[in-house]
Amino acid sequence: MTAILVKNLNKYYDNGFKALSNINLEIKKGEIFALLGPNGAGKSTLINIICGINKKKDGEISVFGHDIEKNYKMARSKIGLVPQEIATDSFEKVIDTLKFSRGLFNKKNSTEYLEKVLKSLELFKKRNQQIRTLSGGMKRRVMIAKAMSHEPNILFLDEPTAGVDVELRQSLWKNLYDLKKNGVTIFLTTHYIEEAERLADRVGIIHQGEILMVEKKDKILEKLGDKRVIITINKTSKNLKNILNKFNYQKKKNKLIFSLDLKNNRNSVSDLFKDLIKNSISFYDVEIKKNNLEEIFLKLIDQ
Amino acid sequence: MNIKGIVAIYKYEMSRTFRTFGQSIASPVLSTALYFIVFGSAIGSRIGEIDGVNYSSFIVPGLIMLTVLTQSLSNASFGIFFPKFSGTIYEVLSAPISPFEITTGYVTAATTKSVIVGTIILITSTFFVDLNIKYPFEMFCLLILICLTFSLFGFIIGIWANDFQRIQLIPSFVITPLTFLGGSFYSISMLPEIWQKISYFNPIVYLISAFRWSFYGEEEIDLYISITTIFIFLFACLLTIHFIFKTGYRIKS
Repeated sequence: MTAILVKNLNKYYDNGFKALSNINLEIKKGEIFALLGPNGAGKSTLINIICGINKKKDGEISVFGHDIEKNYKMARSKIGLVPQEIATDSFEKVIDTLKFSRGLFNKKNSTEYLEKVLKSLELFKKRNQQIRTLSGGMKRRVMIAKAMSHEPNILFLDEPTAGVDVELRQSLWKNLYDLKKNGVTIFLTTHYIEEAERLADRVGIIHQGEILMVEKKDKILEKLGDKRVIITINKTSKNLKNILNKFNYQKKKNKLIFSLDLKNNRNSVSDLFKDLIKNSISFYDVEIKKNNLEEIFLKLIDQ
Repeated sequence: MNIKGIVAIYKYEMSRTFRTFGQSIASPVLSTALYFIVFGSAIGSRIGEIDGVNYSSFIVPGLIMLTVLTQSLSNASFGIFFPKFSGTIYEVLSAPISPFEITTGYVTAATTKSVIVGTIILITSTFFVDLNIKYPFEMFCLLILICLTFSLFGFIIGIWANDFQRIQLIPSFVITPLTFLGGSFYSISMLPEIWQKISYFNPIVYLISAFRWSFYGEEEIDLYISITTIFIFLFACLLTIHFIFKTGYRIKS
């Protein structure tokens, strides 16, 4: 089932700046989708348009089949949004701000549900504190709790772990996994490629308002990633030449770095080792490195 | 209809009022009491009757107007300006709540606050003057109507304003002078003819005239003209708000 469908979306600002250009995107129910892109790429603009905060120029967007303009109430009722900036009334109590958020979405107050949300985000003990007394990380949790307070089907998180310490980041990731288990669709933007690599089922890459690629995370790694085998040898062997002709390699001091094309030859690693042994080339360390999303991302936006 | 959404905004705004009780309610009451002491008791005792009404009693409707007009404007404008300023407006804009429902939440809260302040000032005035309100029901209806109209106007100012200075601009430089010159402390008929004619271009004159009528049964301007003026202003504000939400003016980029 399609959770979000974006067709031919364009966005221009009054000064003529084209923020989004012909965006087409389909997000499936229950998936975690990560949108990667440098600053100013259009990530937040896309989220804000889907959520009703910014206006679009043209194109169509629907949320669970509901057009975001013609049937905006139904569309928005499915969405929870955690914006990039921490924006709360500092003098409000944590529990009160959650009740406010739930009310805005026309939901009857449910102390039981709100307490469950607070507990899941380790905010329960702070529920009667004013937001201004909380740390930055805790405030970010409050933002997530507000977005979850009305039981959304889709959660948008605009750089949720920016400026958050490692412990909190890990705990937020766990929260997102738990939400996914409960069938919540998650759309997140992030600067941390590691975050996308860990969490996402699919990854989109956006640059200068254009989506460059949308793929399953594993497929991106498979398509664009290559594997490097780094071998540290004892000394230069005479037989080395026999194998060097067969593989792409770089030599750095006593290290040989082989770049293997796994797409066309899945057995290339084992072929290399067979040749090394056959030619009696002794080595004392082997390291295998895969291209990660960060390298792929940089490669793509450089093109 | 998102009733719970309207109630959430209303309750939030009212809780903000009670959180800042001194600024929201106690301060206007204190300043009005000072007006009664200075203009009513000290200076007023040396002024005779106006249109058959003791001067101290004569200024009561004008003083209530002076306060509720500025209160309605500042309550409603700050109510919507602050979320814009702090960024919390994102939540209202992304919620399944219509422009009409958003406006209802903010404006009814601002109206309630102003009516509470107006009522408290009315009660306070009874400590200084003998009040005999001729048409109490009509007086209360007019108070609500005027507070509502100016809360709508304040809501527009709050959306239009980009900074705190602009929030204060219209209340300080337009509404307060017009209220002072609109017959709060005197009868228009006391002015030279040319100033009387100029005063008829001041919309506040109509509000004070209608409100004073509900107290003493005497109007300076025909009651129906005054009420029509209030309604024209009310609908103009509603139309402007409709335009704002339709175009996203100063709310959505």
